[in-house]
Amino acid sequence: MLADKDRIFLNLYGTHGADLESAKKRGAWNGTADMIAAGRDWIIQQVKESGLRGRGGAGFPTGLKWSFMPKEVKDRPHYLVVNADESEPGTCKDRDMMRHDPHLLIEGCLVASFAMQAHACYIYIRGEYVAEREAMERAIKEAYEAKLIGKGNVHGWDFDLFMHHGAGAYICGEETALLESLEGKKGQPRLKPPFPANLGLYGCPTTVNNVESIAVAPTILRRGAKWFAGFGRPNNAGTKVFCVSGHVNRPCNIEDAMSIPLKQLIEEHCGGVRGGWGNLKAVIPGGSSVRMIPAHEAETALMDFDSLSALKSGLGTAAVIVMDQSTDLIRAIGRIAYFYKHESCGQCTPCREGTGWMWRVLERMAKGEAEHSEIDLLLDVAGQVEGHTICALGDAAAWPIQGLIRHFRPEIEQRIDRYRAAKGVHQVRAVAAE
Amino acid sequence: MSVRRLAAAQPESFAFSSATMEQARWWMAKYPPERKQSAVIPIMWLVQKQEGWVSEPAIRAIAALLEMATIRVLEVATFYTMFQLAPVGKHHLQVCGTTPCMLRGAEELKNVCKSRIGAKHAVSADGLFSWEEVECMGACVNAPMVAIDDYYHEDLTPDALEALMDKLARGEKIASGSATGRITSAPEGGPQVLTDPALYDGSLAKRITLPGLPEKV
Repeated sequence: MLADKDRIFLNLYGTHGADLESAKKRGAWNGTADMIAAGRDWIIQQVKESGLRGRGGAGFPTGLKWSFMPKEVKDRPHYLVVNADESEPGTCKDRDMMRHDPHLLIEGCLVASFAMQAHACYIYIRGEYVAEREAMERAIKEAYEAKLIGKGNVHGWDFDLFMHHGAGAYICGEETALLESLEGKKGQPRLKPPFPANLGLYGCPTTVNNVESIAVAPTILRRGAKWFAGFGRPNNAGTKVFCVSGHVNRPCNIEDAMSIPLKQLIEEHCGGVRGGWGNLKAVIPGGSSVRMIPAHEAETALMDFDSLSALKSGLGTAAVIVMDQSTDLIRAIGRIAYFYKHESCGQCTPCREGTGWMWRVLERMAKGEAEHSEIDLLLDVAGQVEGHTICALGDAAAWPIQGLIRHFRPEIEQRIDRYRAAKGVHQVRAVAAE
Repeated sequence: MSVRRLAAAQPESFAFSSATMEQARWWMAKYPPERKQSAVIPIMWLVQKQEGWVSEPAIRAIAALLEMATIRVLEVATFYTMFQLAPVGKHHLQVCGTTPCMLRGAEELKNVCKSRIGAKHAVSADGLFSWEEVECMGACVNAPMVAIDDYYHEDLTPDALEALMDKLARGEKIASGSATGRITSAPEGGPQVLTDPALYDGSLAKRITLPGLPEKV
């Protein structure tokens, strides 16, 4: 287990104050001026050496992303935008960071903005997080009053930080949809290239980072890149906040080292699977968008990018959804399919039409009212949605279904057989198109 | 994609209250002057707070305030599902129905709402309650949850939800957070980590030298 002294979010559960004075006592804003004085190249180099990979799901190296911003500020200002549109089913880590440790995030915003020569930063928080937005506004006000940020602040880098909020659209967690939304439009993703580092918010160079990626940066600089890189396997460095939900005895958020075995995470921190490890059926290890893994693979899986992608799943946002033997997996994945149908922005045909089609077929399959051949048809359609859309929502809609069929095809077949045996039918109406 | 339309019955007019307008100006000041369109979502949210829902005259008023084409504001109103396009009850319940909540009993919470309030999006006869099923609210380790008037109520059981609604019906205030008294997202029974007193005694605030600093020239 990770030692308490090596944790970054010391107020993850809100058992201590979220105010500036308490945050300072826990080490926030310590040495910030020295970081700024050491210069932007040093900051970016340290973040690169720490091995920090983006915590929002895709896992892109954060230092490298920062280095993509133009070296000189020309006619257009630079922006940092923090993605706090946490909506991936299973994920609720950014929420705790914002309501309980807001000053780590604010400090991170200053340091990252300085490294990318941005004088303004917007934090885009999902609209449902009203209490969290209020907590952030309070903390930002404190930081302004203490002259930690703002014009003429003590750190010598003029910096304005603004909260912005959405209004219930999962797609706005996609970085270009987020920028569209921040510009006051529908959140429909943009084609890339041009990438935000060239043409982002208001047509200016912009970097979009997840809350956790930004909030860990100051502590990495305080404790050193080597310290952070010392956790986890190579290429999977650092500590990480995991969210464990579903059928465990004690669901919780927990910060631990990357590459922690999934089994250890569940047993040590969450009181084990409901009914014991033998009662485990499957785990979605990285938020609803990744493919599930069955119990026997969960036995040995490590919670990092490489181990989970070798299992054809992914670390995603490190949101572990545990499902025990009582779970109707077809229904569980059907509900995820409904989620993607609901959240598709409607821009690309394969996703707009495909997500609804896949959901309707899964609904029938959950009852058993389907043909055996439709399993392959579903797989085929999922493959045609995947990779054929502007953003990754199409992929995210296809992967959970692929994971279900990959590991639990016999269960679907049995369901169909049982339905037929009970009803005595051999031909079903294929209702997929509306 | 969710298909959403404006309500058939619309009021004659809409006017910003002075409090709403004051807050709207505060939001507009966050963006570059030529980019005030950015404030459309926060301002529409303020309008919803004022009126309970977003009406067609309100959409026109927002368009005029932000110098936007009305259709662009209409697009925002119909795209973002937190905007209520028809009146809701005095207390509006958003029941999270996505898989992590479903695994821990969201279906039963939906049944409570159905039996006590009625169909989704219907307003109860006394005008007190309305409800809808929403997609993942981002409180998955505290599943199942319901947001009541914007604030999260977590670790619910059907009985706990009924009790909250009873209180609201009696005109009492309800406290947000876990229904079981659990500490936020910590495991039931309290945190097993973050127990080292040295983290909180101020020793971390002592002046430090950053490791790996470049050599002074």
